[in-house]
Amino acid sequence: MTGEAGRIFAIAWKDLTAERRAKSNFASVAFFAGLILLMFGMAVDADNDTLAVVAPGLLWMAVLFSGVLCFNRSYERELEAGALDALLLYPGDRRSIFVGKLIANFAFVALVEVVVVPVAAVLYRLPVAHIALPLAGVFLLGTIGFVALGTFYAAMSSRLRAREVLLPLLLFPMLIPLMLAAVNATGALLSDSLMGDAGQWSKVLAVFDVIFLAAAYVVFEYVIEE
Amino acid sequence: MKDLYSAAGVAPRSAYISLLGWFTLLFLIGAQVVGYMNSPADSGMGHLQKIMYVHVPAAWAGFLAFFITFVMSIVYFVRKRASDDMIAAAAAEVGVLMTGLALALGSIWGRPTWGVYWTWDARLTSTAIMFLMYIGYLALRGFTDEEERRARWSAAIGILAFLNVPIVWWSVKWWSGLHQPQSTRESMSAVYWNNLWLNAAAFLLLLVFFIASRYHVAQLERSVELRLEADALAGSNQHV
Repeated sequence: MTGEAGRIFAIAWKDLTAERRAKSNFASVAFFAGLILLMFGMAVDADNDTLAVVAPGLLWMAVLFSGVLCFNRSYERELEAGALDALLLYPGDRRSIFVGKLIANFAFVALVEVVVVPVAAVLYRLPVAHIALPLAGVFLLGTIGFVALGTFYAAMSSRLRAREVLLPLLLFPMLIPLMLAAVNATGALLSDSLMGDAGQWSKVLAVFDVIFLAAAYVVFEYVIEE
Repeated sequence: MKDLYSAAGVAPRSAYISLLGWFTLLFLIGAQVVGYMNSPADSGMGHLQKIMYVHVPAAWAGFLAFFITFVMSIVYFVRKRASDDMIAAAAAEVGVLMTGLALALGSIWGRPTWGVYWTWDARLTSTAIMFLMYIGYLALRGFTDEEERRARWSAAIGILAFLNVPIVWWSVKWWSGLHQPQSTRESMSAVYWNNLWLNAAAFLLLLVFFIASRYHVAQLERSVELRLEADALAGSNQHV
């Protein structure tokens, strides 16, 4: 087991190191997320009452649209100079590749969220300070499902010509339950009145995460084998 | 014509499929005529109600088609046969067609009934999401050239997408329940119900016929591809 855990850690660390050294990528994605928030705010006329209602949705849209940019990249790096073939040749379970990349992508998207949420809080005047902990819980659950499916679908889309459009086309319809649950849980927390509702939607998120983590983990082997 | 088929190494379309096609056509016309003649104008919707005899069977057939894709995707991973992949793909294509038809007719029916082409009703919304999930399935197939890889990838998507169908349904239902009441389907009188089932049977036949025909075309396409490949490798183009 230590061997498998070691492999997972090595892959996650390798991806994160590459990401850290190519500093521009994270910065670009984070700025893009901020840009989306700004544009959404202007699209609804920067009206504070409207923003208070639609902010949870805008926040998650910014996360999904910016986060989706990182998944293809995580495999594209491997396609240069046949790195993926070498990775597949290593002994051990190929699902370690999936779990390792999942962890690296999770870290990346979580970092984007660490930027996005405070920016949204400032732009849309969201009272996040006193609900920081439950909000973090909702984002944790939402991000796990998002990253699990994103990492899974990018294993396919990243190797095709049409990867930029194909990944969102495959991924976003699948994410609709997650989006609904995350937006409503976030909204319930922000509106402060329906704490129970946030709990219910968080359960939906948890169920979604468990089902698709398991399904993606099982099927990944067939997706990656060459 | 015969020569073309033998050159491709595939049997011509079986007489059974043609027979099924003609039978389906007659059955479908019959079921529609019965539905039209038989059911009185609905008190609320008038003759508009007859859209139901295509709309609902098409939606059911689409759902059944996606279930077939799901089952054949699992079978593909078990047996790794190209034919299983081709049946899964044929079913997905027909499912998208049927679901698209159901959505279009739903809109046409919705405009005079609800006053709008679209409403965020749970049934309608989750059907649209299902439609888009399988559009993605077909798009991925379209962009993947290598046969074995295409089969593996689309089987993976066929499984995950169908797992998501009940989750989408429940989450959308719950969500739309928060915003607006469900459109109610009042209990139908027996004559509407019988007509509906008759037309559902017709659409089941249509589904089988479409999938069988599409599968046969896929076999032809595949044999042509294999043929061209073999010729290219042999350095001759006498068959082209």
